Amino acid sequence: MTDTLTITVEFTGGLEMLFDNINKHELTLSRTADNGNPLTVGYLVKYICEQLMKDSRKELFVLDGAVRPGILVLINDSDWELEGEDKYELQNRDNILFVSTLHGG
Amino acid sequence: MPPSICEVCKDARAAVIRPKNSQKICKQCFLTVFEREIHETIVANNLFHRGERVAIGASGGKDSTVLASVLKTLNERHDYGLDLVLLSIDEGIKGYRDDSLETVKRNALQYQMPLEIVGYDQLYGWTMDQVVAQVGKKGNCTYCGVFRRQALDRGAAKLGIKHVVTGHNADDVAETVMMNLLRGDLPRLARSTSIVTSSAASDIKRSKPLKYAYEKEIVLYAHHKKLDYFSTECIYSPEAFRGSARTLIKDLEKIRPSSILDIVKSGEDMAALVPPEVSGSISCAAEAEGEANGCGSRNTNGDSMDLMEKQIAANEAAASLETEIKLPTAPAEPAARDSAPVVSIHDKKSKGRRKGKINKQVMGQCERCGYMSSQQVCKACSLLEGLNKSRPQTSIEVGVEDEEGSTTLMRQIAGIVISAG
Repeated sequence: MTDTLTITVEFTGGLEMLFDNINKHELTLSRTADNGNPLTVGYLVKYICEQLMKDSRKELFVLDGAVRPGILVLINDSDWELEGEDKYELQNRDNILFVSTLHGG
Repeated sequence: MPPSICEVCKDARAAVIRPKNSQKICKQCFLTVFEREIHETIVANNLFHRGERVAIGASGGKDSTVLASVLKTLNERHDYGLDLVLLSIDEGIKGYRDDSLETVKRNALQYQMPLEIVGYDQLYGWTMDQVVAQVGKKGNCTYCGVFRRQALDRGAAKLGIKHVVTGHNADDVAETVMMNLLRGDLPRLARSTSIVTSSAASDIKRSKPLKYAYEKEIVLYAHHKKLDYFSTECIYSPEAFRGSARTLIKDLEKIRPSSILDIVKSGEDMAALVPPEVSGSISCAAEAEGEANGCGSRNTNGDSMDLMEKQIAANEAAASLETEIKLPTAPAEPAARDSAPVVSIHDKKSKGRRKGKINKQVMGQCERCGYMSSQQVCKACSLLEGLNKSRPQTSIEVGVEDEEGSTTLMRQIAGIVISAG
């Protein structure tokens, strides 16, 4: 087991505008980044807010410490509710997709 | 968490939890059941008849893209015999609509459907970019929504099509129900829940085949089917993103996903209790502002309608002051017309609302453009009047040059554009 996890994070449905209009981000995370706790999607969301998002409108992504209602999270194309939501432990090469349903259609 | 197995096929790994019943199903079963439910909605409500030409109001966004894709699939699978056409409105917003129209153009090729684009500039003489330059970013959604409503009908009329379908989903309907409930607007509550809206004053029928489809499932359908849709927020309505009714609906969904369809159902049941003399025998499509806004601006309907009422009132107040710099009015009308009668209509309406009396809306035609309207002058023409008044120099010019007798407001507007350029 290496000391790092490599995961793919994607933003679509309009969320990409919070990330310089870049849809796909490859992240390499140190396994010990969260005080030795296993890295979860909850940690990833915090990491995204603190490290990845340069846009100041954090509330368009996270509200009250949780992913904003109306944003879908898919872990390897599965609804994250099937995977334990923010408690899901990240695996190497996981694909985490955030899709906004809030934009005009 | 151990992987869940699809509750339908009992074979593949579940990837979707259905909001309406918490059923866990796999990708393929989800696509199948989503399409089947739309088909059931279409059949149960007799939305179409064989040989019908149907225009799909297409914005390039998720809802209308999914609608076009599903209708194409179902039309072929169940042999509806429909002639489907994509109808898009170009509001004239650089960096937003021109990009989303590119998506619609690709959709037209992907789905092999003809595409018709109708522009605000040709219909009203104003692009939204020009409107925003004039009125600012606040409240411009009102103009856009009112203009769009008519634009779809006019586009359909141009194509000789009598049925327009739009991508309104269950979340949209739930949101409209909540807003009308909060405003105590029973007539609109009744109308907003119906899947088909039509009016005696127009021969164009509207329907929403996705009325019972969750926004979440629409997005998942688009994702799993890898549909090509456009999702950048309108550059003029960033605030719409935080619309309060929208937020309420999404918060409720988070707590109890079935809430959305429950609200839709409650809205339908309440609508059934509204006496016909209150709801109007048929819906007045032109005034149903809950549907007028196809973009993110729908989120701020409450505010924007209030704002519009204020603006119309302000326009009317201005009209009585600005007699010397006025657009030439429609030839049949005396020049002083717009102060007295229009104001009185408006006063009556707002008084009625405040006292809780319900004024039955009678559909007629706008005296200026001929579009169906419950008032003498339709909302689009009222808004245009306000816009055009703020161009005093050009309107004087037009008064001189263009007096010879254009019969509609639209021609007057066209005149302004030419003389201003």
